[in-house]
Amino acid sequence: MNAPTLSAPLQAATAAACTSAPAINFAYLDERSKRMIRRALLKAVAIPGYQVPFGSREMPLPYGWGTGGIQVTAAVIGPNDVLKVIDQGSDDTVNAVNIRRFFQRTAGVPITTQTRAATLIQTRHRIPETPLREGQIIVYQVPVPEPLQRLEPRETETRTLHALAEYGLMHVKLYEDIARHGHIATTYDYPVLVNGRYLMSPSPIPKFDNPKLHRNPALQLFGAGREKRIYAVPPYTKVESLSFDDHPFEVQRWEAACALCGATDAFLDEVIIDDQGTRQHTCSDSDHCQQRRAAASTVAT
Amino acid sequence: MYVAVKGGEAAILQSYRLLAEQRRGDEAVPELSVAQIRQQMKLAVDRVMSEGSLYDPELAALAIKQACGDLVEAIFLLRAYRATLPRLGRTLALRTETMALSRRISATFKDLPGGQILGPTYDYTQRLLDFALLAAAPTQPPTEPGPARPPEPPAPRVVDLLNQEGLIEQCPPPAGDPEPTDLTREPLRFPADRATRLQNLARGDEGFLLAMAYSTQRGYSHTHPFVGEIRLGTVAVELEPEELGFGLSIGDIELTECEMVNQFVGSQSEPPQFTRGYGLAFGHSERKAMAMSLVDRSLRATELGEAVQAPAQMQEFVLSHSDSLEASGFVQHLKLPHYVDFQSELELVRRMRAQALISSASTDSAATPDPAPASPPWTQP
Repeated sequence: MNAPTLSAPLQAATAAACTSAPAINFAYLDERSKRMIRRALLKAVAIPGYQVPFGSREMPLPYGWGTGGIQVTAAVIGPNDVLKVIDQGSDDTVNAVNIRRFFQRTAGVPITTQTRAATLIQTRHRIPETPLREGQIIVYQVPVPEPLQRLEPRETETRTLHALAEYGLMHVKLYEDIARHGHIATTYDYPVLVNGRYLMSPSPIPKFDNPKLHRNPALQLFGAGREKRIYAVPPYTKVESLSFDDHPFEVQRWEAACALCGATDAFLDEVIIDDQGTRQHTCSDSDHCQQRRAAASTVAT
Repeated sequence: MYVAVKGGEAAILQSYRLLAEQRRGDEAVPELSVAQIRQQMKLAVDRVMSEGSLYDPELAALAIKQACGDLVEAIFLLRAYRATLPRLGRTLALRTETMALSRRISATFKDLPGGQILGPTYDYTQRLLDFALLAAAPTQPPTEPGPARPPEPPAPRVVDLLNQEGLIEQCPPPAGDPEPTDLTREPLRFPADRATRLQNLARGDEGFLLAMAYSTQRGYSHTHPFVGEIRLGTVAVELEPEELGFGLSIGDIELTECEMVNQFVGSQSEPPQFTRGYGLAFGHSERKAMAMSLVDRSLRATELGEAVQAPAQMQEFVLSHSDSLEASGFVQHLKLPHYVDFQSELELVRRMRAQALISSASTDSAATPDPAPASPPWTQP
């Protein structure tokens, strides 16, 4: 046979393609993609708050459902991890269930709903009420990583603004809020300054959660799949919510208590319970609420 | 007592079942086979392959079946599958002038070497519903098939003919013909070079590109376009193994190529001439290829010294919003739970309304304005 032979790498690649087709790799992503993401993560940890572009892959879940967080989780998860997935603070919302099923199916790791028992927590829109500890990793799903995007949509411009640490646009926006409303009218995705250098979107967590970002003992990783950016806040890093001397940063407070566990210091969701629009408040963090109720019943018995 | 929402998993499994039922429809009607879709819904298959960035008619047909005919969803299925495939190498540049043509038209010359070949097109059909297709029996073609003809011989590209007179810009590959960025592996960065832009447009949503192209025809950056040529046919794909020194054909693919020719009055460095906009799509995808070529040309505004004023000229605007997966995902993610953000906004709106009430009341009574309300009534449980 006189057909020209393929080069060695091409042969190897062809053979690999032929033999490894149906099996799904641990945590879905192939190892090369994971390595690419880990490199981006290392850079992100080295430059807290800086958005690192990465070759985001098309995942089997849609953009907007948490593909960035899923890719970060897939890149850092190991067989010894214990995974918790929450959306809006709860383990039981459909998107959290779906992402947890995805990792159960592709990585087979143990899962938990308890914040304390988890080594790896993927979240959308909340930070758990239970304080995180050293050694834990929390992965945030990020829709819009660029905090300046709504003020300046061009990435070529915002990149320059970050390079120059020129965040006047954001300060002016907050000032205009105060001038118009008497207070800052941003309630979630409230901008923060990381390590005194980079302006960062904390993802759409309520500003109630912003103080938990500050000097958190856990490693905080942020993945934006559609926008193809990764950023990080290493443990114990300073994270300040933007404010003015005469208008200090404040978080939401409720006059109500959780109808289930009686918590007054947690973020409360309001639910409508009848046709007359009667409202009731319950903890957004379902594990926190459950733990408190369990503790209360232990004390009672 | 309200109980926090539980049972998400059971609901998801039920929705899978309902989805399968919806896809299958009435079981009294025979099920569509993938082969039927591939053979009889060719244009849908071609669009899914183009925007799915994967030339595989069988898998595209499977995706269409699985997606219940939703082409954007089918494109998503194909892309997610594609993302798991290893990258084996890169092909040589396609030589579309060697295309085995099944259609080739030019709007700029009445006749030209190689001739005009109408081929399969809806262009001159009269759009009347063909009720004969409603009948279950196989339909007859409207005219008797002619004698089997050999495929048309390769014909030169129209822009190459214009080139001999020097009337059209040359677009040689950059020095050294560097490997283009692979947008499926690297994030899109700005400013993007033309090869990267074309790659983005080739994967871009047909509807979005069509609207962008249309806007350039209605005064939002006019590009004076003429269809230099549209050609449809098959081309060999060649791979050059490292130490071999020549390309090996690994198969043929069907392509639609569009070269748009645009009047250009010249600049300080360039004489008046015709410039080019380029479109290329898998299979028979003329609308896509034409729209792409108009948008490609309008995105060259900076390079050609034109003022960037219209959306279709703005790289970041066009390239960041062209992908149907990204757009569909982010628009539709709004149906995911947003209880926490909404709760935060609810609290804010109530507070602002209360402040407005208080300040209007205080204006009425001419009291000193105090914007801080004490324990407003809605915060009571």
